[in-house]
Amino acid sequence: MTTYYSEDHEWITVEGDTATVGITAHAAEQLGDIVFIELKEEGDEFESGDEIGVIESVKAASEIYAPVDGEIIEANELLESNPAALNDNPEADAWIYKIKLTDPAQLEGLMNLAGYKTFIA
Amino acid sequence: MSQATKRTPLYELHCALGGKMVDFAGWEMPVQYAMGIMGEHTHCRTKAALFDVSHMGQVLLHGPDAALKLEALVPAALTQLPEGKARYTFFTNHEGGIMDDLIVANAGDHLFVVVNASMRAQNIPYMAASLKGIDVTEIFDRALVAVQGPSAEAVVSAHCPQAAEMGFMETLEALIDGSLCRLSRLGYTGEDGYEISIPEADAERIARLMLGHPDCEPAGLGARDSLRLEAGLCLYGNDITPTTSPIEAGLTWAIQKRRRAEGGFPGAARIMTELADGPARKLVGIKPQGRAPARAGVVVHDMAGNTIGKITSGGFGPTVAGPIAMGYISVKHAAVRTKIQLIIRGKPQLAEVCALPFVTQNYKR
Repeated sequence: MTTYYSEDHEWITVEGDTATVGITAHAAEQLGDIVFIELKEEGDEFESGDEIGVIESVKAASEIYAPVDGEIIEANELLESNPAALNDNPEADAWIYKIKLTDPAQLEGLMNLAGYKTFIA
Repeated sequence: MSQATKRTPLYELHCALGGKMVDFAGWEMPVQYAMGIMGEHTHCRTKAALFDVSHMGQVLLHGPDAALKLEALVPAALTQLPEGKARYTFFTNHEGGIMDDLIVANAGDHLFVVVNASMRAQNIPYMAASLKGIDVTEIFDRALVAVQGPSAEAVVSAHCPQAAEMGFMETLEALIDGSLCRLSRLGYTGEDGYEISIPEADAERIARLMLGHPDCEPAGLGARDSLRLEAGLCLYGNDITPTTSPIEAGLTWAIQKRRRAEGGFPGAARIMTELADGPARKLVGIKPQGRAPARAGVVVHDMAGNTIGKITSGGFGPTVAGPIAMGYISVKHAAVRTKIQLIIRGKPQLAEVCALPFVTQNYKR
């Protein structure tokens, strides 16, 4: 199980050809109090860079961009009833999607934790 | 942040308190502190919050008949404004739109005027050019601090006993910790509170004194916006602009009887026609039925899919605990409880027209 990070402040934890995607604690902190999340549905396919959801904080709306190509296996239902969970626990319980990877080789274009820490420093 | 951004006398305090600084109308201002917008908003509704509003323009008008002369630029009745009272008004243009909103206070031997930060550069020269025989003096050496919330009276009167005796929209000069300040009992949150003009050198000390009260926490521009939206108060540039009239904006209450009868302000023709016949569109409250906030610019449809208006301010109301918005809607769809659709990211979302404000205003009467 390996975790990668995108320049759009997402994390993606990979197991085989499936992965869990969420936003980083840094992103959640920058967004402020999150009040609404609009998610894609199971079966939706996307390419790297596509908008795959919207997070609304008290301040503003921010798009979620796909870090890689894939297909949505599951969207986290917890976030519909409790979007604030994204502020509390964005790198664990408040994951956003489980996805199927189309091209695992794309992961090589992402950062590891050390790289991401440098990126946000 | 660009070199051109300006800092208020409380800049160092914001940084020391962990304020997240953003560029707002050319000023480096805190959008929030560690508590966050929701927490700051709720603190203001339940206890008290301190806001730095020093970016707004403070102006003194000295000279004979200043109130009468200013009436040529605004539709408020100012000649009858008693000493020690303040009034909300707006500069109108010749098309009957709004060029800025402002507070005018009768300070005895002069008028004390507060205009929006973004409009300082336009409206202060406009007053100087228009008000013949009046000295228009912009103040650069005073901070402006708002203390708002049900505990505001306790917070401020602990250092200024006269504050407790003031009524809503009253203004006076008084000492706070030895510094001569101007207090006005008004604000932009829907709560009781004060705006306090403080000599620059004393501003941080006095702000810290207020923040020393157990009920008072700092709040940023984020909470200021959600508080005013819940209170149904217009934001210049969004809800009131050079093309919206005060009648459309629901600000008829701010045009006193004599001025409605006499006119004599820019744009009086349109404004008096709309007063008599009613406007074609109205600023209304809008309550989305789902959870998605509808922000400024969202197009409003009727249930048949025809465009009937646009949202001018919108977001999440922490006290309402849901999304809220304001916008202009054609009058035939503007009745309370009319079902409408908001086009959010291309998809229609059900909403309802509702009365403003979204929360009860708790002013000192």
